[in-house]
Amino acid sequence: MNKPKKVLILGSGGLRIGQAGEFDYSGSQAIKVLKEEGIESVLINPNIATVQTDKGLADRVYFLPLTEHFATEVIKKERPDAIFLSFGGQTALNLGLALEKSGVLKKYNVRVLGTPVSVIRDTEDRELFVKRLNQIDVKTARSRATASVAEAQKAAKIIGYPVMVRSGFALGGEGSGLVRTEDELVKKLSEVFHTNKQVLIEEYLEGWKEVEYEVVRDKDDNCITVCNMENLDPMGVHTGESIVVAPSQTLTNQEYHMLREVAIKTIRHLGIVGECNIQYALHPKTGDYRVIEVNARLSRSSALASKATGYPLAFVAAKLALGHTLPKLKNSVTGVTSACFEPALDYIVIKIPRWDLNKFENAATRIGTEMKSVGEVMAIGRSFEEVFQKGIRMLNIGADGFTAHRSKNFKMEDYLKEIKEPTTRRMFALAEALKAGVSIEKIHSLSNIDPWFLHKMQHIVDIEKRLKRSKLDKELLKNAKQNGFSDIQIAVATNSTEEAVRTKRRKLNIFPVIKQIDTLAGEFPAKTNYLYLTYHGTEDDVKPGKKSAMVLGSGSYSIGSSVEFDWSSVEALKALKKKGYETIMVNYNPETVSTDYDMSDRLYFDELSLERVLDIVGFEKPKGTIVSTGGQIPNNLAFALHEAGVKILGTHPKNINRAEDRHIFSALLDRLGVDQPEWQELSTKAEAAKTAAKMGYPVLIRPSFVLSGAAMGVALDEQGLIKFLDKAIGVGSDKPIVISKFIENAREIEIDGVAQNGKLKIYAITEHVENAGTHSGDATLVLPAQRTYLETIRRAKSITKAIIKELAITGPFNIQFIAKENNLQVIECNVRASRSFPFVSKVTGYNFIELATEAMLGKDITGDYRTLELDYVAVKSPQFSYGRIKGADPLLYVEMASTGEVAAFGDSYAEALLKSMMAAGFRLPKKNVLVSLGKEENKIKLLPSIEKLHQMGFTLYATEHTADFLKENHIPCERVYKIKSQGNPNVLTLLDSGNLDLIINIPARGLARPENSKGSLSDGFIIRRKAVDLNIPLITNRQLAEGFINALEEMKGKTLEAKAWDEYTTEA
Amino acid sequence: MKLYLENGMVIEGTGFGANVPVTGEVVFNTGMMGYVETLSDPSYTGQIVVLTYPLVGNYGVPDKKRFESEKIHAAGLIVSEYCDEYSHYEAKESLAKWLKRSGVPAMTGVDTRAITKVLREKGVMLGQLTPGKKGKFVDPNKENLVAKVSPTKKKEYGNGPLKIVLVDCGAKENIARSVMKDDTTVIRVPWNYDFTNETYDGIVLSNGPGDPMAVKETVENVKKALKGNKPILGICLGTQVMALAAGAKTYKLKYGHRAQNQPCLIENRCYITSQNHGYSVDAKSLPKDWKVWFTNANDGSVEGIMHIKKPFYSVQFHPEACPGPTDTHWIFEQFLADVKKAKKKKV
Repeated sequence: MNKPKKVLILGSGGLRIGQAGEFDYSGSQAIKVLKEEGIESVLINPNIATVQTDKGLADRVYFLPLTEHFATEVIKKERPDAIFLSFGGQTALNLGLALEKSGVLKKYNVRVLGTPVSVIRDTEDRELFVKRLNQIDVKTARSRATASVAEAQKAAKIIGYPVMVRSGFALGGEGSGLVRTEDELVKKLSEVFHTNKQVLIEEYLEGWKEVEYEVVRDKDDNCITVCNMENLDPMGVHTGESIVVAPSQTLTNQEYHMLREVAIKTIRHLGIVGECNIQYALHPKTGDYRVIEVNARLSRSSALASKATGYPLAFVAAKLALGHTLPKLKNSVTGVTSACFEPALDYIVIKIPRWDLNKFENAATRIGTEMKSVGEVMAIGRSFEEVFQKGIRMLNIGADGFTAHRSKNFKMEDYLKEIKEPTTRRMFALAEALKAGVSIEKIHSLSNIDPWFLHKMQHIVDIEKRLKRSKLDKELLKNAKQNGFSDIQIAVATNSTEEAVRTKRRKLNIFPVIKQIDTLAGEFPAKTNYLYLTYHGTEDDVKPGKKSAMVLGSGSYSIGSSVEFDWSSVEALKALKKKGYETIMVNYNPETVSTDYDMSDRLYFDELSLERVLDIVGFEKPKGTIVSTGGQIPNNLAFALHEAGVKILGTHPKNINRAEDRHIFSALLDRLGVDQPEWQELSTKAEAAKTAAKMGYPVLIRPSFVLSGAAMGVALDEQGLIKFLDKAIGVGSDKPIVISKFIENAREIEIDGVAQNGKLKIYAITEHVENAGTHSGDATLVLPAQRTYLETIRRAKSITKAIIKELAITGPFNIQFIAKENNLQVIECNVRASRSFPFVSKVTGYNFIELATEAMLGKDITGDYRTLELDYVAVKSPQFSYGRIKGADPLLYVEMASTGEVAAFGDSYAEALLKSMMAAGFRLPKKNVLVSLGKEENKIKLLPSIEKLHQMGFTLYATEHTADFLKENHIPCERVYKIKSQGNPNVLTLLDSGNLDLIINIPARGLARPENSKGSLSDGFIIRRKAVDLNIPLITNRQLAEGFINALEEMKGKTLEAKAWDEYTTEA
Repeated sequence: MKLYLENGMVIEGTGFGANVPVTGEVVFNTGMMGYVETLSDPSYTGQIVVLTYPLVGNYGVPDKKRFESEKIHAAGLIVSEYCDEYSHYEAKESLAKWLKRSGVPAMTGVDTRAITKVLREKGVMLGQLTPGKKGKFVDPNKENLVAKVSPTKKKEYGNGPLKIVLVDCGAKENIARSVMKDDTTVIRVPWNYDFTNETYDGIVLSNGPGDPMAVKETVENVKKALKGNKPILGICLGTQVMALAAGAKTYKLKYGHRAQNQPCLIENRCYITSQNHGYSVDAKSLPKDWKVWFTNANDGSVEGIMHIKKPFYSVQFHPEACPGPTDTHWIFEQFLADVKKAKKKKV
């Protein structure tokens, strides 16, 4: 195979549920391989917060929507001779298949590298897949399509009861269910055949063990399995929703190798070249198996497997796609052994999903066959108990482990129900049940979780009991540590304090040891820098580094903490390295670039807790630690670390605290004469109501100490206030809340910048498209600011300077302002990098984190940075995952709901806005638009925009009141009736018709989500929800609607340019 | 329970097997599963096995039909964390119970990675696993271990037309299973049995414990067989025996290959193999009509040899797997096909 000259890489776009930062890791590795091979690389990925879109990686980067249109334009322009499809998740794979189908790849002679397209089709199309596997007698779940009750009865008899009944062509598993007897089947089918022509009768696999293998194959047919993994939650819970261990724990040698053999046979038969994942169901009582699916691309599982074993899967996959063979590649971890081997682990790894469902009202917390988690954590150790408890702490949801929590939030009444019908809290339900003495047999029968895991959990609970009754001697303390108890947990169980436990532990000389991950279980000496801590050991594998500096990472992805903090951490590492430091990274998110083997001199894949960081600092004694690039988790540790004697780089932790403490910061602003929205901290409902009335509704309410998941809300009146308090917070004297005046019709601007010794060095001002009331993480951002007065900018800058000086900031910061009629109020100040740092860095061309790191190291970074006037405009849009969160209202709100972000450049604001929205999955309307505007103000303010839609030739549909209003204003539209009125034409029929290209639904009470009790869903909610479920573009914010329609008009007849990043930033 | 190493190191842990002392050669194995197969592999005779995978005992111990021989052959077992609450539908008893029943000591709660690193740096060494005081170190390789594990009598299985002699120097059961087919008769003979007087169509030289130099009689018998043309397949110790019979030399590896992830190459094709050997064939010493068949992709050592004309070949790894990957099971198929072909030619 001759080497390609130029390769196009398709990225995965904004982070969303089911497709997170793991593809930044795989894409970056692929680009590195191309660089190493001297091949030119072109990347399309609108995810501006990724490392792969950094300068110095791909030769050319396009921040463009990952659509057929834009990809074709890029291919036309760049003329690559080859393309990578398997490094950008399902998005890239689907786009690649579309480009192949449309003939674009053939037309422009673009060769698909790695697994051929026909093979990808075989794995993606269920029918083809089963057929291919049948050819080699590999078993798949048995399934038969039937068209009548009689046929179904016959099929069920052949497959054997119980069977799963699935109605064909139904979305979201509607009408599916378990059937145990023929009678049940007949009864069920009489309903189902009413609405369906086809019913699938499927083998019932619930309760089977779920096992995965990561397989690598080269063009010469060398084929290996790099890792196997076992789901703790058996079949019935999506693997992305399952707790997973590697390697498998309950499989015998015979089972392990039977599945391995099937994996290799299958992958060879399919003809995959590169990396793939194969999933099995394994019967727990017979050892029989079924292949569930094959993913012919890098996946979330492969990222996990790569981090779990140390085997650089993405790197190797890219090499193989270029025609290299496994035996010729070296194991880059040991540097001496072959890449054609299967890692031997001498530790156990656990992955636990991170959910954020409590951010969504009405969202079901049941977990099952659909993925809802937004991120994951990975813990490494030498016993199950150790990794399980580590992993739970890593989730950062306030749990201190499996048991012995400080918080009371993990107690539950209905634990047996939550074990039987798994929810996001199942692990805590398991703890409750075990503590209550429920037998392992009983729990096993409810959950199908293998007793092996349950015994281990029981063990943790037993140790907690021992801690409670026995004297804490050396043996018990050591035992607790080996079983994953943190100092805090031990303190909770023994009624002591974390500090006291730590002091005692140190006195008793109980310390964790540092072990290497070397892929070969110690068989060969390894140069590896990949480390974890465990209490199961007597010696460290490494010696402390010399001139080292440490960066604390961002932990699991969650809503509010996404890939942007991984980017910032990586940039900090790079900057430290440039300055001659040995770099140390601490992080535990397997879906990141910061945890790549080649990103730091030492990677501690471990907890970001005070205890663990102190363990590491105690050993490594770094010259300094950066806490300001990893988001809120490291930021929160700053002061405690400082108190414990750790040298924090940048702003003094005392000053970080001054910015974090609401009372101190507020007083500080007052002293500086800086305006802020009025606020008060209160402890009772009555006080809250009184204060709110005095301030005037609407008011913003939040808990004083923000715990994860604790809600923030807006109350429009007293009733709303009380309701919110009752439901979300349960106000008591121990849980104060903060009420602040909500400023309506105000705009938001943000300043991201870097300061040094209290002096502003560089900054960028971004403007929100949406008015205040939309969380900054969900807002559409524009840079440079388009509508903000110069005077406002000047004032924002002077306020910023005053705050920076007062807090003596050195390093990154972010300040958020509310602007109303030239009046500026400060709403927040973060003495750390914010989520928009990658955006402002890439748009202005200055790497803010690099500068911040240099500033923290004491290098004078004073310079002439031009960030205000740019010859182009960039827009950042939120990426939502509502499609995955059934039942949630897709309305912009004060609580953040987006899971990721994208950005695009344009020669005008209009162009950038449209491209950016499209990059987040929005499609431009062609013909039919439904307009539904609540509240008079919205109608009046949007009238000119709606008129523009009409003039552009769109057919308008409007709900009752909106239609009346439009008609009064001589805008023709078709009136559709409310759902409940059942009048015709009805909104519901229109939605279901599939003819709508765009829905503009602006709710009357935009600030508060409508109350939906069962059976009485509001029309607005149904419209918005249907828009999501039927994948119809939706706008729910007035300012965004205006901006969008204006942009549409401005760009009418013009092309959205497929221009590369450097074409904007390099001056002509 | 304590492990005393020859270099003076003492490692203390908790006993979970029989409460008796043993002495032997301490070796490590990096396989992540398969402790049942490993412990019952006769090649581990005289060895105290350190498993690098930390959690052991998880799926208990199945019926002995799954064993690689009648009993546990390893002298002792050392793990990081023993699991007594096993869970598997095929399990009959816990690992501890099996060890106790077999009179084999075991120790848990130790830093197995630390021991592994010592063995890797200093090479395999003698050790004692004991609940009591340190005694004398005894080198198991000084005695003929094969004689201890090899059967004393000839035994026949099956009644197919193809007669295969299995020279059992401590054969794993799965080697026998791999050649027991409808069309074969397997004649299983002791290590020192002169099989050249038997009527046979092919020979399998099995694995076995210890130094190949200790089985001189086997080497002599194989020398005779090499004069003929009937197919011979050697496995593990069988490879060293074949090499010695051909006139080549063997040597002891620093810490051996005991793992389930050893990559072996034939030119550009790589197979993942299960291994358990402390000795290897010196490539340079091979006579001119022999060649290297497989090479270890990690350290370049010889993993298989082959006669350039006659159907004599041998592998240092375990094509019969158990434990470990089944990638090279085709070697048995190739061997049986060669036996058939050779027999046809003769007829």
